[in-house]
Amino acid sequence: MIIDINFIGLIIASIMASAVPLILASCGELITERSGVLNLGVEGMMIIGAISGFALMTVTGSLIIAIFGAMLAGVLISTIFAFLTQTLITNHVATGLALTIFGIGISAMIGKNFVGIPGKEFPVLFEGLKDTIPLLGPILFGHSIVFYFAFALPFITSYFLKKTKIGLIVRAVGDSPESASNQGINVRLVRYACILYGGAMSGLAGAYLSMIYTPQWIENMTGGRGWIALALVVFSTWNPIKILIGAMIFGGLTIIQFHMQAIGVRIPVQFLTALPYIVTIIVLVVISRDSRKIRLSTPSSLGKSFHKDN
Amino acid sequence: MIKIVKRDQPSRAIFFFTPVLAIFLTLVAGGLIFFILGFKPFEALKFFFIVPIADKYGFSELLLKATPLCLIAIGLSFCFKSNNWNIGAEGQLTFGAIVSGGVALLFYEQEGFYILPTVILAGAIGGMLYASIPAILKTYFNTNEILVSLMLVYVSKLILDYLVVGPWSNPEGFNFPETRQFSDSAKLPLLFEGLRIHAGIFLALAAVVISWFVFYKTYLGFQMKVSGFSLKTAKYAGYKGKKMIILVFLISGACAGLAGVGEITGPIGQLHREISPDYGFTAIIVAFLGRLHPVGIIFASLVVAITYLGAETAQIFMQIPKYTGQVFQGMILFFLLASDYLLFFKIKFMGLKK
Repeated sequence: MIIDINFIGLIIASIMASAVPLILASCGELITERSGVLNLGVEGMMIIGAISGFALMTVTGSLIIAIFGAMLAGVLISTIFAFLTQTLITNHVATGLALTIFGIGISAMIGKNFVGIPGKEFPVLFEGLKDTIPLLGPILFGHSIVFYFAFALPFITSYFLKKTKIGLIVRAVGDSPESASNQGINVRLVRYACILYGGAMSGLAGAYLSMIYTPQWIENMTGGRGWIALALVVFSTWNPIKILIGAMIFGGLTIIQFHMQAIGVRIPVQFLTALPYIVTIIVLVVISRDSRKIRLSTPSSLGKSFHKDN
Repeated sequence: MIKIVKRDQPSRAIFFFTPVLAIFLTLVAGGLIFFILGFKPFEALKFFFIVPIADKYGFSELLLKATPLCLIAIGLSFCFKSNNWNIGAEGQLTFGAIVSGGVALLFYEQEGFYILPTVILAGAIGGMLYASIPAILKTYFNTNEILVSLMLVYVSKLILDYLVVGPWSNPEGFNFPETRQFSDSAKLPLLFEGLRIHAGIFLALAAVVISWFVFYKTYLGFQMKVSGFSLKTAKYAGYKGKKMIILVFLISGACAGLAGVGEITGPIGQLHREISPDYGFTAIIVAFLGRLHPVGIIFASLVVAITYLGAETAQIFMQIPKYTGQVFQGMILFFLLASDYLLFFKIKFMGLKK
């Protein structure tokens, strides 16, 4: 059997493409969690980004407005979460759940008029170089700008957290809000910023789904990716580089089901579709079993409210 | 001038007042949304909240929808009171329905008094089994129960899909994704001629009474309360944390499983693809809105059930998308959480003083 080497390249590229929304949302959530805030609303913010991007693209015709609009929509919806958890000191878990339920509802409401409308073609970069290098050509070239951004993001995030002063402040706020506050850092402000940033990245992840990956609007089209992104943050033990690995595994699982169906493996399609969710559970178990390691890498104040008395 | 002062003690009066405030604020915000969408706000709210329950049939539908919400929320209150975040009740409902549906299919075209109790019990066991997964993983493998229970929701829906499309699909069903009709002995009896409300409501009421008793009259209820306030205190008092975690998950799984039984053995009488319009998720809101109190949960389940009916009526009469229901549900929780601020802080309005 001869396997075209470029075909393998194409498969890897498609795995990477399906990993993009996970990387974006996870890296955003990672920053939020590093500041000590657990935002379970990723799924909701993502779906809001998806409908906003698609709607803006259809209405304005501008891809740039659509992409940035989706990020802005993510920021706006996460502002609700930030206001509730930081200003009104509500429970993170409950507020995040409300955000997801609300987001799915709102997106379906707005999306009603956009069902069945075909998407637009999103421009890709370096299309011509695709055939120049075997195997690597299709992996490296011919992708959207969001794709390249997503694969740079874990490295940028890592650099930001480790090497920049603001990154240090974010980590300080997450690990010990009391001492950060005593050092004169405005804990609430930092957390607000981190939540809104997470919202922007989730919004972008959603826009990628509805504008680039499968250019159309389908209700509930995020299909649990927001939750898998949350699981990936735990998987990564809050290390951005490991998000890349995790996202590739999940991207791989998604793509493999298509190919297994294509070559006629006789496993019910539902079992293949369930695979990413089951693997998420298994991976979480394996990662969390070592409770000491998890405790060391989890931001100490994660999910705990901080309120400074005047 | 407005000044915010921390209360010495959370206010008990406000504890029960804020859910009402939250519902009121949701109505205001909902009216605003309808206005933005280009409808007359009052008329839309009327279609949403009053028209659906104006007649006998509507009221029966309200109880029909409130039953699973109440049942699941009662179960969840066990988890939430003791700081266990089971958000996968939808999965436990689905799995309970699968197990009880499977048992009901075993008794296909058979009659007997023992069939219904067996079917109901199977549903509770199914829900418990499914809830035991996140519970065991949490207690023995330190795994986050939020993510596990949620992932299992997707898995359970896919299992159901596989069964009703594949091995369990009705042989005479022209490939519709549904099973055969259960025999009459496997169905919960309907309470009134021509209405869909069924005996499942008694399961919910029983759950209310039992939970009230457990919460306020037993040592277990006390332990749960203490663990909810502070895990450290619970440990210091020597409570067996692991046992309790598993127990509360099993209880809430059983309740969700029973809700699943009600959905398939009630008016529908078969397994099909979409047995629950996200009751398991909505019940989380019900549990909070009811303040994790059995009686509160009854009221909350009725209020939230209206959003389901209202969304349907509004869709028929005003072409408002049915997802408005979910928007309302999300808003109720937002406003409830927000108004909890008043529990801990007083807002003082003071005159301008120099």
